Amino acid sequence: MAILVGPETRLLIQGLGRDGSFQASRTREYGTNMVAAVHPGRDGQKFEDEVPYFSTVAKAVEDTGANTGVIFVPAPFAMDAIIEQVDAGLELVVCITEGVPVLDMVKVMAYIKDRPTRLIGSNCPGVLTPASKAKVGIVPGNIVRPGNIGVVSRSGTLTYEAIAQLVQYGLGQSTCVGIGGDPVHGTTFTDALELFQADDETEAIVLIGEIGGVREQLAAEYIKENVTKPVVAAIAGQSAPAGKRMGHAGAIITGRAALASEKSRALSEAGVHVVDSPTHIGARMKEVVG
Amino acid sequence: MNIHEYQAREILEKYGVPTPRAEVASSGEEAEEIATRIGGRVVVKAQVHAGGRGKVGGVKLVDSPEQAREVAEALLGSRLVTKQTGVAGVPVEKVMIAETLDIKDELYLSIVIDGDIGAPVVMASTEGGVEIEEVAENTPEKIFRVAGDPLIGLTTYHARDIALALGVPAESLSATTKLIIDLYRVFTENDCSLVEINPLVITEDNKIVALDAKITLEDDALFRHPDLVDLRDANQQDPLERRADAADLAYVKLEGGRVGCMVNGAGLAMATMDITKTIGASPANFLDIGGSADQERIEEAFKIIMDDADVEIILVNLFAGIARADVVAQGIVAAAKETNAQLPMVVTMRGTNAEEGARILGESGLNITSAPDLAGAADVLKQILLELEGAS
Repeated sequence: MAILVGPETRLLIQGLGRDGSFQASRTREYGTNMVAAVHPGRDGQKFEDEVPYFSTVAKAVEDTGANTGVIFVPAPFAMDAIIEQVDAGLELVVCITEGVPVLDMVKVMAYIKDRPTRLIGSNCPGVLTPASKAKVGIVPGNIVRPGNIGVVSRSGTLTYEAIAQLVQYGLGQSTCVGIGGDPVHGTTFTDALELFQADDETEAIVLIGEIGGVREQLAAEYIKENVTKPVVAAIAGQSAPAGKRMGHAGAIITGRAALASEKSRALSEAGVHVVDSPTHIGARMKEVVG
Repeated sequence: MNIHEYQAREILEKYGVPTPRAEVASSGEEAEEIATRIGGRVVVKAQVHAGGRGKVGGVKLVDSPEQAREVAEALLGSRLVTKQTGVAGVPVEKVMIAETLDIKDELYLSIVIDGDIGAPVVMASTEGGVEIEEVAENTPEKIFRVAGDPLIGLTTYHARDIALALGVPAESLSATTKLIIDLYRVFTENDCSLVEINPLVITEDNKIVALDAKITLEDDALFRHPDLVDLRDANQQDPLERRADAADLAYVKLEGGRVGCMVNGAGLAMATMDITKTIGASPANFLDIGGSADQERIEEAFKIIMDDADVEIILVNLFAGIARADVVAQGIVAAAKETNAQLPMVVTMRGTNAEEGARILGESGLNITSAPDLAGAADVLKQILLELEGAS
């Protein structure tokens, strides 16, 4: 079963510039069912001679039955692309684009609030379910293994690090979800935890947080009340100074709650296994699940 | 992007927010002229991108134009070291000369994005003139928060609620309400990440005035505000951070560290910094080279680390998803040879073309120790640091 993406995923990709095209190829190589490519002005052509191009998402959905969208358009156009995909009725929209203005994401979140579409991102590595070869985003397909650990993270490459450690200890993943590094984003830790808790194929969960915001604390509250599966967590940015943005727009210490130590404390108090060093994620999970 | 107080004041004026009469000076002579024009007692404020200037002599009250000149001359050309700057401080190249007001009450007002609500939030407090962090810590009940609606904005009744919570006199209520609405427009129409008025003052004659103003613009939205980009003052930035900005690299210089870190991805970059702490050292910087950096950008990234006098050893941690390890390796080798770098390097490379990257580094003749993963890199780093300490 896994979560969010699986054998039923019919993927539409929007924005096939340099990065989008490169990732579209990797996605198809991995074995994901990519049914449509949206890039205005290329109607009638095919990506890699197989995936039909469309100028609009609505037309692509109508012709191909796509149910999941992934966005690679440049940041100034990302809000527009998300709204176009939501309006076309896609069930899941994943926005990989980095650098989307925060006030654009504020509007997007208000727009989708009462609509059925689930959004992941912006500024995220996307979602991957290894067992069904469903890769929606940029997580490298060659580092994951099918299994029963759910991974949810605000980071991209640190997620790869965690996955590599899990694999090293013989632990595969049910689904890996990158929720992204922007301060305003769609799917949250709490949303992902809810899905993993309900998922039969997920036995335990890795949560990777970082400085900034209070979403890790909200996750801790949720875990305390609702999550019975073991959770191993790592929080990046223990050594980050206050007031400086650490790459991600959301990774900035603006108050006490934004500190890595506060997040670690909240998660520990909720019964989460919080590792001291980001190199201990795999080992700790091995101890926890045996 | 940070801007100066005098620039923030100009933006506020454009939106009709009352501010004290003020002008900016680049010389003692100009300061004297301005003080003469304003007349009476004035305040001379150093224009720097750092809080805490008042505590280190960056804000001074003077009673005459001659004194304004003296104070301005002493400040201009100096560097201010505050708790928010590094030990090198920031240069004072301009001072603002502002009128003084008869103040009855000092309040606090700011607007930021609340990521968890997903909307701009106005924060108001009757405790003006002190740091809001302290208020939040000690008396959180004294902070009043109202979120704007993402699509409608801040309604007048919300603004009035805030003005009432601030306890302004009845005759100042409508002016305060308007000021809050105007500030909200400043925030949303300019894509700010922070608008902070501290203090917002009520004068003896019940006027409401934004006495000090801090505005931070959101970097990611600057593409739609070309006029605001011109407000950038690169001299206020750390020289290495300025170079990184120019090369489109996410880099933050950290005080007191000696391990230069070069990583792809923000989360992994933070985790790599954390690793140096767990082995008893400290990171010299945060650096995310990003996913699609070409060789030229990698070279500049490496040179920035090399040009940091604090760096004694370099830790490269690459988990290539979009990035290609061979391109990064070529960039490192080219930059290291050009700068004749002798510093020891610990490198771990995984992901796309990692083997090719390792081969390029291995054949380079540079002082490189490879590690299979992050844990391995931490061990090697610890070992080398111990050897360095033993040798010194």
